[in-house]
Amino acid sequence: MPYIVPEPDAVSKPFWDAVQEKRLIVQNCTACNTMQYPPRPRCQECNSEALDWKETSGKGHILTFGILEDSHLPVRAADQPLNLAVVTLDDDPRINFYSNLPGTPVRQAVVGGAVEVTFEECPDGSLIHEWRMI
Amino acid sequence: MTTDDRSWRRDREGLGVWNGRGKTAFAGWGMSPIDRRWDGVSMDRTLGEFCKIAAKNALDDAGLTPADVDGLFMCPDNMAGANSGISANWGPTRPYFAAPYDSEDGLTIVTNKWILANWPELNAKGNIKFAPDAVPAIGEGLGFTAQAVADGKCEVGLYIYTANNLDGRYRRGGSFAAPKAPGPSQWNNPWGANVIDLQLNTTFALTQYCQYYGTNWDDLMYPIVMTEHTNGLMNDWGFYTTNGASHLNREEYINSRPITTPAHIWDYDRPVNAAGAFVITTAARAKDMKQKPVYILNHNQGSGGAARSSSVTLDEYETFQRRVARMVYEGAGLEAKDIDIFNPYDGFSSFLPFSLEAFGWHGVGKGEATAFVNGDISVHGPHPYLSGGGNLGNGRTRTAMYIDSIEQLRGTAGKRQVTVKAETAICAFAPALSAAYLLLGTDPMS
Repeated sequence: MPYIVPEPDAVSKPFWDAVQEKRLIVQNCTACNTMQYPPRPRCQECNSEALDWKETSGKGHILTFGILEDSHLPVRAADQPLNLAVVTLDDDPRINFYSNLPGTPVRQAVVGGAVEVTFEECPDGSLIHEWRMI
Repeated sequence: MTTDDRSWRRDREGLGVWNGRGKTAFAGWGMSPIDRRWDGVSMDRTLGEFCKIAAKNALDDAGLTPADVDGLFMCPDNMAGANSGISANWGPTRPYFAAPYDSEDGLTIVTNKWILANWPELNAKGNIKFAPDAVPAIGEGLGFTAQAVADGKCEVGLYIYTANNLDGRYRRGGSFAAPKAPGPSQWNNPWGANVIDLQLNTTFALTQYCQYYGTNWDDLMYPIVMTEHTNGLMNDWGFYTTNGASHLNREEYINSRPITTPAHIWDYDRPVNAAGAFVITTAARAKDMKQKPVYILNHNQGSGGAARSSSVTLDEYETFQRRVARMVYEGAGLEAKDIDIFNPYDGFSSFLPFSLEAFGWHGVGKGEATAFVNGDISVHGPHPYLSGGGNLGNGRTRTAMYIDSIEQLRGTAGKRQVTVKAETAICAFAPALSAAYLLLGTDPMS
């Protein structure tokens, strides 16, 4: 799929570097032991800057989904209709990710369905984290 | 008091009753014609001209002349640009015209400077003594205007707001068109999860709602959208009234163009080109003016909260929306049972079940919206929900919520006049979880 290429910044660079190694990591606050995604400069729970990175299980479930049929994003419009799901992370279901559910036909996603992380290629050859139904 | 100084904002819980409660009132409103888009050539239908028309109509409604105005609140941002910013910041290059249309100012945005220079009657007597720059969009801007009048910065404040739409330009550039996703967009745009298609991320909050409460999008949203179109067609100024009725029925709604299924095109308000204006004055002055005063009992800004991860969850959305409702009620010293007219913001239809339940209007509680909206929510029935028709029923002018609330409380809503008590109203341009609300009343409570 022609994903729009994410541009890492200072805070997100370790995350995207890990994705290039086919590893899914999230921030973890060493002060209150709370995981968070997307990465931020401070912990959302306790405002600490003491944030480390933690490997995840790469397992999750579909919280909800829709179908992109008439997107504002011309780069993605070529793929329409397109699954767009919200996937929760089993390690901490308060964390969720967007996913196009590669390998799942449009309108065949199942709320509550189990998924695992996978890594797909962007047009520039970089990888992006995705989720595949299992 | 300036727009840079944010201390005027009422943006959190615990602020108590607003110290300006009942000290200001709406005295007039006015609209320009509404075009689907500016055609790029008609100089009598630019936003500059539309601002003058709307403002003159608002002053006529109030029984005032331009010389009576001492506070000008011209909002220069209509959020019609590449991403959301002002349209003048982006767009296909094109030739300009002779002055005063030799820049974007007056065509696709309107600033204080432009309106003062090109409507000399407005300040003919040097009457304008307060005219801040960068006045916020209508939800916050009317609150800002009310606060300025309450604080004595001016006695008669004229707030003017534009809605801009040019072919191919409305939020079609910037990050939307980019092959890369920088900043916050790196966490959503790669998968196509952009804020417009997802209705400021509320689509997925509502699909979760449907899953959790055992309802479905069409059963929940069709009665709301249809009611808004019905009510909008009872406005003589609305886009559908003046440009061809929507003639929406259930089949047309369900089968209409899908955007992000389950949301259809009719769940998204239609961008238009127009201007609206409002006159806010002191309660003391409003008492003896042409129209019955509609007092401002509270204004709010700020946010109910932000999602902790990529997409807002149902629990977060409901929690944040209830926080917004508490702020609005707290500042007026009122409760849900006190509210007669309810015109929350509907830029996207998915906002509506959440605001209905969080504000508890007419006793609607969590998970009860589907049953409520499938009852009698007609404007002449016992629960005249969204009596103004909102943006969905009138086009994206962002003014219908205010106009209807004012008219219902005056008793001048004509065909839309509710048959139940109309002494208080909630109205907003409050996208998603923002708290940009006004609470209005026929009694100043002061």
